[in-house]
Amino acid sequence: MSEEFKVEVVNPEKSFLSKEDATEVVVPAFEGEMGILKDHISIISFLKPGIITIHSKSGEEKFYVEDGIVEFKNNNLSILTSSIFNLNEVEKNKLQDLLKLAEEEANKSEANDQTKYLVDQKIEVLKSLN
Amino acid sequence: MASLDDLKKRIASVKSTQKITKAMKMVAAAKLRKAQESAEKGRPYSEKMNNIILNLSNGISDKENTSKLLSGTGNDKVHLCVVMTSDRGLCGGFNSNIIKKAKSYFSKISAEGKEFKIITVGSKGNDQLKRVYGEKIIENISFKESKNANYFDADKVGKMVIEKFEAGEFDVCTIFYNQFKNVITQIPQAQQIVPLNNEVDENNSDESYEFEPDEDEILSNLLPKNISTQIFKAMLENSASEQGSRMSAMDNATRNAGEMVDKLTIEYNRSRQAAITKELIEIISGAESL
Repeated sequence: MSEEFKVEVVNPEKSFLSKEDATEVVVPAFEGEMGILKDHISIISFLKPGIITIHSKSGEEKFYVEDGIVEFKNNNLSILTSSIFNLNEVEKNKLQDLLKLAEEEANKSEANDQTKYLVDQKIEVLKSLN
Repeated sequence: MASLDDLKKRIASVKSTQKITKAMKMVAAAKLRKAQESAEKGRPYSEKMNNIILNLSNGISDKENTSKLLSGTGNDKVHLCVVMTSDRGLCGGFNSNIIKKAKSYFSKISAEGKEFKIITVGSKGNDQLKRVYGEKIIENISFKESKNANYFDADKVGKMVIEKFEAGEFDVCTIFYNQFKNVITQIPQAQQIVPLNNEVDENNSDESYEFEPDEDEILSNLLPKNISTQIFKAMLENSASEQGSRMSAMDNATRNAGEMVDKLTIEYNRSRQAAITKELIEIISGAESL
């Protein structure tokens, strides 16, 4: 039967995106990319900077995220994130600004290993996009 | 009785005040709609966040060793109060309601022999509190430049709170804000954010989650975020409340100004009539005496 499930992406300001007909969602989970299909086991994980890809009946959409949490439960996928950009809509300048910001952050040396890792990851993803 | 000229001037001045309050009411109404919308849109995020944390903390077996943000420091000595008010005045009882709530909390914890520190967000709260609690205010933040409440600002406050917590400056943190119920009702709220007050849900599902990485790590990442989220929620509620409160205050002011204009106009007409009558009497009695 149907292979669809519900995806909801919320950021603090509003509900960013809600889709009933997602077939597969790939999220950059902290321990590696994770593809989620229907009837996935309930899971909570958090995100590292990367690309979310949502496959649905109406096509494929890609988003850039910097952080967030994913929760999957009863075929409802919720993604909570404070910074998300639709790659089709975002302007190149914006991404470049983000890259610059990330590089500045990386130059501040006081960060601990984990934040350093996240910043490096961010730079890598942004470079690949630019 | 005031002279005709004085009355005329007063009527004109009340009328122009009325114009201003009317304009402010309109502006507040327009802003209110926006603020209300964003407050409603912001709710799913904080709700979901709360849910996830609830699920997580239920899943944790070893409650003793979890993040201090969840379980607390074990002490209850120093309270940090984040008092969130507006940057602008003329909004009725909005700010004084929050301050009143905060002050009663302050006296309660002082009576219990505990210490407290204050962070004020918004300049109006700072103005009102610094007279009495000046030395208790450790930080004063105001977001006059940002037009709307945004997450970035909330995050700044959140990070500050966490920094202070990690430095061991306080044990319990409470935020004070106005919850928006409707245009005429705003409820001052005191919400404890550190340690997290997790009321255990009755209908919590026994569904077990898979965690990746493990619970503790997710929690320690999530809890600081939750603080910013809660502060952001408070900011959104606050800005909607502020506009609502200003709208009803300005509505009242406009109505009062209208009443005043009516009263003054009657007085003006009466004294004008009296002057005319007086002149007539003078003319008539002057003619009679001839």
